Amino acid sequence: MTTPDTASPRGTQPRETPLRSVHESLGATMTEFAGWLMPVRYRSETAEHQAVRTAAGLFDLSHMGEIAVRGPGAAAALDYALVGHLSAVPVGRARYTMICAADGGILDDLIVYRLGAEEFLVVANAANTAVVHQALAERAAGQDARVTDETDGYALIAIQGPAAAGILAQLSPADLGALKYYAGQRAAVAGREVLLARTGYTGEDGFELFTRPADAEPLWTALSDAGSGAGLRPAGLAARDTLRLEAGMPLYGNELGPDITPFDAGLGRVVKLGKPGDFVGRAALEAAAQAPPRRVLVGLRSETRRVPRHGYPVLWDGQHRGVVTSGAPSPTLGVPIAMAYVDPGVTGEPDGSRLAVDVRGRAEPARLTPLPFYHRNQDQPH
Amino acid sequence: MTVPENLQYTAEHEWVSIDGAVASVGITDYAQQALGDVVYVQVPAAGSTVSAGEPCGEVESTKSVSDIYSPVDGEVVEANPEIEDDPGLVNTDPYGAGWLLRIRLTGDTEPAGLLSAEEYTALTKEAE
Repeated sequence: MTTPDTASPRGTQPRETPLRSVHESLGATMTEFAGWLMPVRYRSETAEHQAVRTAAGLFDLSHMGEIAVRGPGAAAALDYALVGHLSAVPVGRARYTMICAADGGILDDLIVYRLGAEEFLVVANAANTAVVHQALAERAAGQDARVTDETDGYALIAIQGPAAAGILAQLSPADLGALKYYAGQRAAVAGREVLLARTGYTGEDGFELFTRPADAEPLWTALSDAGSGAGLRPAGLAARDTLRLEAGMPLYGNELGPDITPFDAGLGRVVKLGKPGDFVGRAALEAAAQAPPRRVLVGLRSETRRVPRHGYPVLWDGQHRGVVTSGAPSPTLGVPIAMAYVDPGVTGEPDGSRLAVDVRGRAEPARLTPLPFYHRNQDQPH
Repeated sequence: MTVPENLQYTAEHEWVSIDGAVASVGITDYAQQALGDVVYVQVPAAGSTVSAGEPCGEVESTKSVSDIYSPVDGEVVEANPEIEDDPGLVNTDPYGAGWLLRIRLTGDTEPAGLLSAEEYTALTKEAE
């Protein structure tokens, strides 16, 4: 059998995070991802996934991009550059938002943290950091705002799971109870200064710690030691993907892309058409908001073991009516799950038993399932 | 990474154990590590004909699917009945309980092109 190719393209060396040697000492299988050398799994991605659902997982996310936008015109610049209403975000809070092209197509999905009246931190996907930086700089021209790519100055560690707050409380005097979902503030953790955010990509409670590269290893070690009694495990990119899929969260390059609008993805809520002033993509997105949907993002639950994967056709009565965007075995549900774009008519069809996914030449029955597949506090992991 | 001395190997990361005219076949420890958690295995049913070097099934893991290539010419005598309900056996015991196929050899009882443990180990080190 052939084994998955994890080699870097010829002639390019991937970037390393400050936690590279930690991953090696833990025996991680590394892969190149968006130009970075990252841990895919340490021992078993299924065990890592389950640890996040039942205890906690520790992630190195230092490949993500951090772009600072500062100045008296920073808020106005972001209101123009992004689809969200960033000037309305209170200091100490964050927003999930998107940066779109003039035609309404998505260039990246982002989390933007408001650190001060005139200071924002835009966190971009690793693969899009350069594009986002360029677009923000262009769109901020003429505003009193400086846009700087500060990715090299940050490491990012996430601790996610029901035990995360208890583990973090051992290491920080911060009032974690007061740090609500989508809040971010400066705090001390294990004696190091971090931007502590209650955000994540797993569907569990958790925190993301933005820190200096030199503090990454000591913080990782402190969190690992504090969490060892609570079942904390290091978790890689494979687990990260199955966790976000179960939580119904989109991935740029799969559910989101330049030919997809936020409305296509069921995320019209991030487009704040009511905010004052123009923004890039306003005309196209106003039209998209009014138009009938051209496709619908749905959840699928397989009735067989073979996994629907990105790009596989979705069939209705054998007719091609959509395409899978992401798919994987779900450790929590015990069956393969997928997200797919389908013709709007498919969701209105009364008889769900005629739906299938073409898995490498064989039609495998599947059922439409509401997103998210998993909701913490409602669905017990097994 | 384990490479038992008493087995033979292919460049496609299968192991072969020949006992008389029957070959037992599975995938190697190197392969199961590269794949990650195996969730589904598809192998030909008893009675199927297989040809050396030709794909004869697939192993699906969380992140990927890989073809299994038959190392020998022959007829499938038995597919591992445990694998359907417990595909993780391929990860936990790739050379033992995670075996995939037993094949009755046709033609030469010494199939060509199989690697020794030493040759296979060298091949995997080159790939790193």
